[in-house]
Amino acid sequence: MSARLDTPLGLPAAGPLPAQRGAWLSAVQLPLAATVSLFTAMAVFGSLAYDGFFSAQVFLNLLIDNAFLCIVATGMTFVILAGGIDLSVGAVLALSTMVSAVLVEQRGWSPALVIPLVLAMGAGFGAVMGWLIQRFRLQPFIVTLAGMFLARGLCYLLSIDSISITHDVYAGVAQWRLPLWGDEAALSAGALIALAVLLVAWGAARWTEFGRTVYAIGGSEASAVLMGLPVARTVVRVYLLSGLCSALAGVVFTFYMQSGYGLHAMGLELDAIAAVVIGGTLLSGGVGHVAGTLFGVLILGIIQTLIMFDGSLSSWWTRIVIGALLLVFCLLQRVCEAAGRKGQGR
Amino acid sequence: MTTLRRWLDHPLCWPALTLLLLLALNAAFNPALLKLQWRDGHLYGGLVDILNRAAPLVLVALGMTLVIATRGIDISVGAVVAISAAIAALMIGGQLVVEDGVPRHVSRFPMPLALAAALGVALLCGLWNGLLVARIGMQPIIATLILMVAGRGVAQLLTNGQIVTVYYAPYFFIGNGFLLGLPFALFIAAAVWLALHLLLSRTALGLFVQAIGINPAAARVAGVRAGLITVCVYAFCGLMAGLAGLLVSSNVKSADGNNAGLLMELDAILAVALGGTLLSGGRFTLAGSVLGALIIQTLTSTIYSIGVPPEVNLVVKAAVVFVVMLLQSADFRRWLRTAVMRPPLQEVAR
Repeated sequence: MSARLDTPLGLPAAGPLPAQRGAWLSAVQLPLAATVSLFTAMAVFGSLAYDGFFSAQVFLNLLIDNAFLCIVATGMTFVILAGGIDLSVGAVLALSTMVSAVLVEQRGWSPALVIPLVLAMGAGFGAVMGWLIQRFRLQPFIVTLAGMFLARGLCYLLSIDSISITHDVYAGVAQWRLPLWGDEAALSAGALIALAVLLVAWGAARWTEFGRTVYAIGGSEASAVLMGLPVARTVVRVYLLSGLCSALAGVVFTFYMQSGYGLHAMGLELDAIAAVVIGGTLLSGGVGHVAGTLFGVLILGIIQTLIMFDGSLSSWWTRIVIGALLLVFCLLQRVCEAAGRKGQGR
Repeated sequence: MTTLRRWLDHPLCWPALTLLLLLALNAAFNPALLKLQWRDGHLYGGLVDILNRAAPLVLVALGMTLVIATRGIDISVGAVVAISAAIAALMIGGQLVVEDGVPRHVSRFPMPLALAAALGVALLCGLWNGLLVARIGMQPIIATLILMVAGRGVAQLLTNGQIVTVYYAPYFFIGNGFLLGLPFALFIAAAVWLALHLLLSRTALGLFVQAIGINPAAARVAGVRAGLITVCVYAFCGLMAGLAGLLVSSNVKSADGNNAGLLMELDAILAVALGGTLLSGGRFTLAGSVLGALIIQTLTSTIYSIGVPPEVNLVVKAAVVFVVMLLQSADFRRWLRTAVMRPPLQEVAR
């Protein structure tokens, strides 16, 4: 399949099948460049304004504290690239923490069994939603909304209270740190998992048939079907991937919080969508970058860090700033789109 | 037979049947529900209660219906409910002052001013959404996502993350008062529905909204002022969310920036879908959305009254959404027909 794509059309093996190189550059690279510059600007501002901000650990903490968001947002990137949306991610994350907690703490199962089970459950949850969306032409928004209700409801059915996880494995992983630069700075297991997920996703988006098909579907589903791409299979897989990522994020979350709770990660879906959009991925699908998502997550993280370091601003400002940033990036994308269309009409 | 078919084909038939079924179920488990009492010049009872509690959702669902009819979606209504409630509660504040032995309620600002301010801000929120969608050309979900994220932050900022209590008795009339023996909130919802119904059915406006939903480009070419109508529709949706915020805050005599209107956008979308409005835009029914909102409130009340733990609420809602959206899907109905191996006796024209 990939050979059929590459050689006859004469497109480079890498890259998401840009219809027009120039248009793609302006539509993708500019928001990505804006995201990276914004992050840099915020980091420089923080370092100048606050004592102790400029240290390796502060920046590594961005990754450690947002590892689960990073994993969820990576899965969400594929969904959005394919022109869909997944509102169930936060609820699936919460359900994973809940199932882990119940099985490990109350049933005494081994984490070696529970973790794969939870991952399979998340993947299955996503796959069913993807199948419904694909097979019956349902709107992703409504299907995943129902999925969100269902997953949160299942959480509360298991227990309405928070269940703390005291198992040695979870405690051990939670405390484990990969030292970098001696005792100066360290990364947690969750952060390493997040980086690995990002790396795999980046490769998958660029170099696999799956990745190219996702971009093609987001560009135009009808065209992708006419090109003979495996659209049905890919759509189901995209949601499966998002469900899997949410479950994995749930596992990372249990390492981080060491508890299962139905209210965990309330509103995470919005943060994930915001991270993806700020990362330069177009919500209408087909244009975007996994690397941008990383910077989207880092920007959300650094906003929180800045507000924390400032101390005088209430945490509500985080939401307002995120909303303002969303607005700026959406406007930027509209400008890029308009420029891209003009370029194509040439 | 044909009369029955005509009834069954009526778009409001299924929502109405669902509601009746729910009420019957409710009455079977909890006969006290259907009992109506006339006490102190008011009508009391489970049904009145359901209607009263459903009023804010009915309002929001009516606004959402129009937005969805133009192929849009407004996920910021919950945040707007919180903002409007916060503004009203903060501006009224109020306290009980005893002057010469006569207790008197005092508000910080005159109540009409506070109400106007809350509704005005809600209208501006809707206007902002509409401008982003119609003028900038953003996707409705992302345009309203911005306000959904930031709006909740604004509401929390206004209330400082606390619950603002209102101590001003006249304000409570909106959400708790009775008029002609019926809850006042009911009259507000009914008046809005009636006005909207007349506006959309007696003028060409309803047709325009439908045309925009079916094909925005064609509607524009045909001379429909699509941009203006879209902005107005979002502004109206914001205004309805603001009104719902007033009802909610008046009912609970406080405003909670963190939780007021939380997940209300989802309930409103669900109500619209349950009522039979196509989520892909075009065809819409206001009465259906009212029925949808009543179904959701009845469902919630049923779950509480028959002693099922409230946690099940979400699972039941999820099941209802899945069933409704599958039944709305032509592909699913076709799949179902072939799956049960029934020869296509009648091709239902839907």
